[in-house]
Amino acid sequence: MTVTDPARVDLPVSTRRDRAAVRSPWRQPLAIVGAALVVLWVLVALLAPLLAPHGPLDQLAPKLQAPSGEYLFGTDELGRDVFSRVVYGSRISLPLACLLVVLATVLGAVVGTIAGFFGGWVDSILMRLADLVFAFPGIILAMAVAAALGPQLRNAVLAVVVVSWPSYARLVRGLVLSARNSEYVAASRLLGSSALRTMLVDLRPNIAGPVLVMAALDVGNAVLLLSGLSFLGLGAQPPAAEWGAMVAAGAANFDRWWIGLFPGLAILTVVLAFNFVGDTLRDALDPRTARAIRD
Amino acid sequence: MGALLEVENLTVWLATRRGPQKAVDDVSFHVDAGEIFGLAGESGSGKTMTAMALLGLLPHAARTSGRAVFDGRDLLSMSAKQLRSVRGRHIAMVSQDPSTSLHPMLTVETQLTEHMRHHLGLGRSEARGRATELLATVRIPDPERALSAHPAQFSGGMRQRIAIAVALACQPRLLLADEPTTALDVTVQAGILRLLDRLRREQDLAVVVITHDLGVMSAVTDRICVMYGGRLAETGPRQDVLNQPRHPYTRGLLDALPHPEGGAAALRPVPGSPPPLGRVPEGCPFHPRCGFALPSCRTERPAPVLVGEAHTSACPPDPLGGAA
Amino acid sequence: MSVLLEATGLAVEYHRRGGPTVRAVDGVDLRLNRGEILGLVGESGCGKSTLGRAVVGLLPAAAGEIRFAGHPVAPLGRRRRPRQLRGLQMVFQDPYASLNPRRRVGEQIADGYLLGGVARAETVRRTGELLERVGLAADAASRYPHEFSGGQRQRIAIARALATDPSCIIADEPISALDASAQASVANLLVALVRELDMGMVFISHDLSVVRQIADRTAVMYLGRVVEVGPTQQLWSAPAHPYTRALIAAVPRADGAGVLPVELPGDVPDPARPPTGCRFHPRCPLARPECVRHDPPLVALSGDRAAACVLQNAGEPARPLGELDPAASPAQK
Repeated sequence: MTVTDPARVDLPVSTRRDRAAVRSPWRQPLAIVGAALVVLWVLVALLAPLLAPHGPLDQLAPKLQAPSGEYLFGTDELGRDVFSRVVYGSRISLPLACLLVVLATVLGAVVGTIAGFFGGWVDSILMRLADLVFAFPGIILAMAVAAALGPQLRNAVLAVVVVSWPSYARLVRGLVLSARNSEYVAASRLLGSSALRTMLVDLRPNIAGPVLVMAALDVGNAVLLLSGLSFLGLGAQPPAAEWGAMVAAGAANFDRWWIGLFPGLAILTVVLAFNFVGDTLRDALDPRTARAIRD
Repeated sequence: MGALLEVENLTVWLATRRGPQKAVDDVSFHVDAGEIFGLAGESGSGKTMTAMALLGLLPHAARTSGRAVFDGRDLLSMSAKQLRSVRGRHIAMVSQDPSTSLHPMLTVETQLTEHMRHHLGLGRSEARGRATELLATVRIPDPERALSAHPAQFSGGMRQRIAIAVALACQPRLLLADEPTTALDVTVQAGILRLLDRLRREQDLAVVVITHDLGVMSAVTDRICVMYGGRLAETGPRQDVLNQPRHPYTRGLLDALPHPEGGAAALRPVPGSPPPLGRVPEGCPFHPRCGFALPSCRTERPAPVLVGEAHTSACPPDPLGGAA
Repeated sequence: MSVLLEATGLAVEYHRRGGPTVRAVDGVDLRLNRGEILGLVGESGCGKSTLGRAVVGLLPAAAGEIRFAGHPVAPLGRRRRPRQLRGLQMVFQDPYASLNPRRRVGEQIADGYLLGGVARAETVRRTGELLERVGLAADAASRYPHEFSGGQRQRIAIARALATDPSCIIADEPISALDASAQASVANLLVALVRELDMGMVFISHDLSVVRQIADRTAVMYLGRVVEVGPTQQLWSAPAHPYTRALIAAVPRADGAGVLPVELPGDVPDPARPPTGCRFHPRCPLARPECVRHDPPLVALSGDRAAACVLQNAGEPARPLGELDPAASPAQK
């Protein structure tokens, strides 16, 4: 059956063992730090009732206590334990940030795919819409949307989705457009694949990687935007233990540095962690990163 | 009179994730003035890295040993500053893809005269005059008008001619041409090859042509050196190497070419593929693909042996020797 | 001999925004028989790749008709290709671009089977067989394209095309992007497959010496037109069109003789503004005054040959160009 002499078969360029020998992107120091922080925060959110000595809204302690052995991060102006509130805050920020990134990703991917797939006037209309959103600075537009919908955490989430989807739409549209003209798509079409099947089977794995990377990088951004809206009073409302709102309370009592600093640090570490993880994902998802150097 | 370029025991290590790997391994050759010298080999043979080493353009963290004496000075021990004064001025390079070697946003005139004014200290009008002459030399129609044009306005063949003109701007004595015609049509290739031949005759220019195309080698070179796995396989005058190859690898490359008279016979490829960087086998690098390999080929590193006048082959068993 | 693929009066146009419409292929007739390898040669910009893409339906035709095994070839829309066209496949030049970098080799080959209605379980076995048939190990199916060399990738691309059980392959410069030793082995593989499976193949290449070795017939294109077509050996030994002769003379030979190839001066003109009369006349060493006005049609010569040149007369054997005196009076029609 075989038409070629087996002796003529070229040797493989790289083998599995080879791939293992290449240093995994997950072994870089920043990747380890990022992944560890993400895991840590997820654990904190899951185990909040066990970790926090008090409830997030309990006003048991003396007011405005500096950090001490009893109140690790001190207490706020209502006598609530800042440590407990930061711990419980992760139960608000992390799931909401993830949810809104998922919403923005799905919305953006659908719009981008439709624009790239159909092209023409459909593409023009959808992309002008995206441009419209891009024309405003994200936080300003989010503020306007949140203010229009009414200051509520749910509306703040929707506002961030509204400002976030266009980046995904653009990314996906670009990927669809460049892949649509690629030879591997042409080859797949010639095999008898419909355009839609090509889109789902051939393009999805190519689009999923960059989108996932962008989403991971965006979780941090989402946490920041949500906190920002809450800080401005457009998101979570008192007495909710939301980090942004807590920073706002800290700003009102700026001589009591612990009230604002610890929730601020929580935001910082979450944002950094997701950025590191996103960068690492980008390297890890590219099967070509391991390509051997050739003359 | 000594050679214009004398390369002795050149070795190049490239930094890889598996540590330094030899891309060029103990390579020696010389190039005389007015000579066209061919460096032949497949990808991974080290031919391009040899040229890069001569120009001091090796990738980051590469190391070299050996000597490359050009006009009495060792290129490998020069400082970056000294190299810059040699590169472009005395040694120039033409690469495979003229669209990467020419700047897309600058006019042809700027690219031609920049080096002349810098290296030769020519004035604007003088440089312009010489640029016009150069374009005429490489047969660009209407050179005056071509000066104010941008590279994108020319066809691939014309761009490669312009790239050669830029390379020749400072009257270099050595031109390194890395696959100069691979991206071009045969009709255009013929013109470039004729141009190189004319420059060699009229301006005593030495040219190192780096290519995998033995047809191109046969057309223009005086001497050929065949590289494999970073090492020299065979070196010698063009007729000897192509008509009576002594190294099985050279023989294999020639056999793989379509038969000059055509016919229904299948092509005869060299079995296997060349070793990638860092995986060059012990002993003779070609032994896994060689039909004549002896047990000793697996262990003993073959040294180049003189097999004819100025003709060496790094194959001590010399299975093709009987034919000579 | 049955006609497998036939194009009549085929024209393909590119519309550049703000620019003139370019006719990259301008009225081409092409015929491919079963079991035949047709070489398609010409300089870059002559329209040979465009022709290849139009013939399989990847580009729409501006005029003319394409028939594959009797079925009209319509350009690809969003729907799936008609089943009867699946036997018409293409192998592309760059095996780095024509394989999906993020899908396993096996999945990409299995697509051809799945879309042909083969059960998923069955595709695994068949994919392995196909990989072995093109000279790779069956377990290559579980790897990604980047783990293979250029030559190996091209074999994978060929295996993918074979999964549809094709009867015709359009190979667009299938070996030009490969290493010297891989070129010969991939060309051999294609030829062996065509012979063994009794397919037809259009082998598009700028490498005339390979075409000469493997093609049964050769068509020479210049600026969107076929200027000469005929059995490869005759066309090569006695070209009937000056352009064919120039192409052949430009191929360097690795014979060690040190003979410089003959240059064909000038460039392929802009297809948006083709020259008047014979499109080759500005570069033709044998051009006559009437070539500036008269656009010669492709006329059939005896011996299954055809050429588009005033120097050739319909129905007669091809006149050798070497014996023609360029200064002699125009050939009589």
